Amino acid sequence: MRDKRVSHDDAVAGLRDGMTIGIGGWGSRRKPMSLIRAILRSPVKDLTVVTYGGPDVGLLCAAGKLRRLITGFVSLDSIPLEPHYRAARERGAIEVTEYDEGMLQWGLYAAALRLPFLPTRAGLGSDVMTLNPELRTVRSPYDDGEELVAVPALALDVAIVHVHRCDASGNAQLLGPDPFFDDLFLGAAQRRVVSTERVVATEALAAGGPLSSLKIHRGMVDAVVEAPRGAHFTDCTPDYGRDEALQQRYARAAADPAAWNAFYEAYLAGTLEPA
Amino acid sequence: MTAATRAEICAVALAEAFRGDGERLASPIGVLPSIAARLARATFEPELLLTDGVASLIAGTPPVGVPAAEAPPPVVEGWLPYRAIFDLVWSGRRHVIMGASQIDRYGNQNIALIGDPKKPKAALLGMRGAPGNTINHTTSYWVPAHSRRVFVPKVDVVTGVGYDRARALGPRASRFHEIRCVVTNLAVLDFATPSNAMRLVSVHPGVKVADVVEATGFPLFFEEPVPETRAPTAEELRLLREIIDPRGLGAKEVAP
Repeated sequence: MRDKRVSHDDAVAGLRDGMTIGIGGWGSRRKPMSLIRAILRSPVKDLTVVTYGGPDVGLLCAAGKLRRLITGFVSLDSIPLEPHYRAARERGAIEVTEYDEGMLQWGLYAAALRLPFLPTRAGLGSDVMTLNPELRTVRSPYDDGEELVAVPALALDVAIVHVHRCDASGNAQLLGPDPFFDDLFLGAAQRRVVSTERVVATEALAAGGPLSSLKIHRGMVDAVVEAPRGAHFTDCTPDYGRDEALQQRYARAAADPAAWNAFYEAYLAGTLEPA
Repeated sequence: MTAATRAEICAVALAEAFRGDGERLASPIGVLPSIAARLARATFEPELLLTDGVASLIAGTPPVGVPAAEAPPPVVEGWLPYRAIFDLVWSGRRHVIMGASQIDRYGNQNIALIGDPKKPKAALLGMRGAPGNTINHTTSYWVPAHSRRVFVPKVDVVTGVGYDRARALGPRASRFHEIRCVVTNLAVLDFATPSNAMRLVSVHPGVKVADVVEATGFPLFFEEPVPETRAPTAEELRLLREIIDPRGLGAKEVAP
């Protein structure tokens, strides 16, 4: 089987200005933070990001990498509002397309299934429709004739997700309580990058957890990056929980440019790990 | 036992919101709604489904706000990752109690932002699941500080769909829409009026109708005499104080 292992920098070398990137995880949980740092170190800019947002979005905002965000929310979970994202949003520095959380899933699923859209009731009557006038509705062709939101496919140039275990060819294992929508992000993307806590032998996968933990197989993955503590400071249960102390430092630093610069440089250098 | 606090009155009023729900997922957002859902299940609504806030359905009546290391692990009934929650939302077998940064006369809710959506004065939570929740299943709201800042004539952004917007969609698209009630630190309100404009159902002990009217930024429907919100029973107080909220976290969400 093909060995797909690459370095962090090689994994993001294909990114171009203006690309659309999907990021797995949810809020401040199992975010591919070491890959985000690789993006922050690279010259790429003007990105469109699709994600259930957490500190990944905050960091990309603070670094001026983000042009447009498509999301249902941005939150640090234990800190409900993401301060770096808030600052960018309130400056009007980024374009934000806010969907209902379920609509985002539907858009990724549509892209993964090569459908132009998927219908749903979610969004009807809310300002999701008025603030995003490009959204269309569709009428059921059956006797009910019901009008539904046609969530457009959210096709991604690149998807990045972080998993617990993975073999060298991209067979991945999720050991935490929630797989989130990582398989859909991979399904919606042209180029699919997985970072992993540990690269293991293929034989170790089925021994390491139930079959249902192997939701992501090598046919869904183009590149594998070994990244121990790669989700830190976000939650990566059961390998490690959220580093609340470091997350608080990250959030507090938003209030002061000097504090932020110091934090940012140390964070990029990786000298903050482990807290 | 000492008399019920305002927080305990609110907990019981919020628990009452779940009455009749049966085997549905109760999704309480916030401390007092979480206390209330556990109280409802421990008393008059035993079939409610509850999560641990991560991805497990849990049985029993575990305390709120006690770190996992200090409480016995709850009995797990099932697995409910976010994808299954969305399925449940869209199937309708759920009742959520959400917060509201703003809410208007017809129950349109805003948790997304204050000001101009392009350049907001304050970016708040975002849309989250509010549009899908409100159009698919029963929703109630919890407002711990009833004021004109929250109860506004017009919300800046509609995240949760209110009755006027639902009606404009027509009977088919709006058939699963229900805002059951709004519970605040002062009162219980609902939309049981001909136009589905907000109605004052009851005031909490010690609160005057005029206090509620004064704290509401739009005309409120009510019929005198407005009853008092019911007091907790002795058994409810025991459950709240000894089992569900031994650390008194509910009291931190509302002023006494």
